[in-house]
Amino acid sequence: MKIKRNIALSDSGFVFDPSSGDSFSTNPIGLEIIKMLKEGKATQEIKASIVKEYMIDEVSFEKDLYDFVEMLGKLKLTEDAEKKKD
Amino acid sequence: MKRMQYERPVIQRLNVGVMNKFGKRTEYAPVTHIDGNSVKELLQKYGSPLFVISEKTIRQTLRDANRAFKTRYPKVQFAWSYKTNYVNAVCNVFHQEGSWAEVVSGFEYSKALHNGVPGNKIIFNGPDKAEAELKLAIENNSLIHIDHLDELYLIKELAINAKKRPKVAIRVNMDTGVYPMWDRFGFNYENGQAWDAINKIMLNDTMDLVGLHSHIGTFMLAPSAYGVAASKLSELALSIKKKYKKNIEYIDMGGGFASRNTLKGSYLQGADSSPSFDQFAEAITTAILNAGFVENELPLLILETGRALIDDAGSLLGTVISNKRLADGRRATIMDFGVNVLFTSFWYDHKVSPAQEFSQYTEDAVLYGPLCMNIDVIRENITLPPLKRDDNVVVHMVGAYNMTQWMQFISLRPAIVMIDMDEKAHIIRNRETLNSIQGDEVVPKYLKEFKL
Ligand SMILES: Cc1ncc(COP(=O)(O)O)c(C=O)c1O
Repeated sequence: MKIKRNIALSDSGFVFDPSSGDSFSTNPIGLEIIKMLKEGKATQEIKASIVKEYMIDEVSFEKDLYDFVEMLGKLKLTEDAEKKKD
Repeated sequence: MKRMQYERPVIQRLNVGVMNKFGKRTEYAPVTHIDGNSVKELLQKYGSPLFVISEKTIRQTLRDANRAFKTRYPKVQFAWSYKTNYVNAVCNVFHQEGSWAEVVSGFEYSKALHNGVPGNKIIFNGPDKAEAELKLAIENNSLIHIDHLDELYLIKELAINAKKRPKVAIRVNMDTGVYPMWDRFGFNYENGQAWDAINKIMLNDTMDLVGLHSHIGTFMLAPSAYGVAASKLSELALSIKKKYKKNIEYIDMGGGFASRNTLKGSYLQGADSSPSFDQFAEAITTAILNAGFVENELPLLILETGRALIDDAGSLLGTVISNKRLADGRRATIMDFGVNVLFTSFWYDHKVSPAQEFSQYTEDAVLYGPLCMNIDVIRENITLPPLKRDDNVVVHMVGAYNMTQWMQFISLRPAIVMIDMDEKAHIIRNRETLNSIQGDEVVPKYLKEFKL
């Protein structure tokens, strides 16, 4: 799974997709995850980083991460979603 | 390093122009305490889900309603509508504040007697009063509100046998300009049925016609409809005075004032659109005061207000069981209470607040209950902060009709706690046990054993 490289992020959690013109709002954890995805980090790295920083166990976070990434796809913010559309 | 508080990642599309249009922020501001009691601690102590009643809110609401009417009219009496919430501790708060009892069945009548309400301060309404129940009500000098002619004749017969003059009123239904018109209870005003019933009672002289009653509907949003009803009842009372030289002692306007809840599908939030007690009081008292009664013959005004007096005082505390993503991408949150416990979710878009602190991020979700049924939806669409398993929520304004219409289905019904004036919690109904349900079951002897 890859996030679209051209999406713009602001520190306040504002997400803008220039290819569609859509904007989104995400919470601080969501923002961190999107940033890491943009940097091309693997799922394992993202998990380790969040679990270290926040009071959450890995199993619970994995569930939320999976769900979040699915949502990114639904909102057409991932490369795969982009391809599927063609 | 101290790890930070975790919150589920969420992302939501921003719809330009729709954002914040309805100022919904307050809907998901966290509610961590009820009358000084921590939601989490209440749930730990009494189990989840849990109904919580604020005694302070009941007394304040009733005092507010009393003030609205008593500052406008000299003689006012509230009668607590048992069907709305007949948990005894709740009823007794109303009785301590001076309310009589209004009951609609033999079961409720027994409850009122058990609570210690004097028989002559019980109003007995409803179409289904059994002969034995009527006998008891006559014996106790209760106020019997006659619903139909069969009942009128039965009471006449019982009165003759008992050598007593029962105190009766008739229930009158009428066109008040609101739809649907409730014409299945009582005698109709416009077609003359009501006047006919009055003549039958007056000419026969076995009963004492003391009052006139109407209950024009429930969750009424139009005070003017009560003005129309009060005028019509006053007109009947004045006609009785003219023809029979008899003063009608009271006019009972029934219940039906809307609470601050939001009706399903309503565009406006109930808290903003429901009329105040003052508005209902103004419409009713103006109509009676202007009807033409001689001042010292003004009838007592009785009110059987239910939901508007108790909805605000009740909360349901619950716990998140799980989160799901529906096929269309919407978030679904499954709670440990469903429509079995929260019956009024069929009528209202209940306000739900998280019971713990959150950032300002939210997502749209469907709130489901735990029943294995499609109808088990608590909110079809609600904006909430991301909730995770074991998080808690507070459902607001659930005091009316839930603790009487709740269904025992696949699980046991929860406990009810009352928070007193000093913010101390008291259990007022224990969580059900297996025996509360099975206690009355009987298994025939030949079915007691089986081999598998
Ligand atoms: C006769 C009568 N009185 C009072 C009430 C209480 O109504 P509400 O809760 O709408 O005020 C009802 C409820 O249906 C009723 O039937």
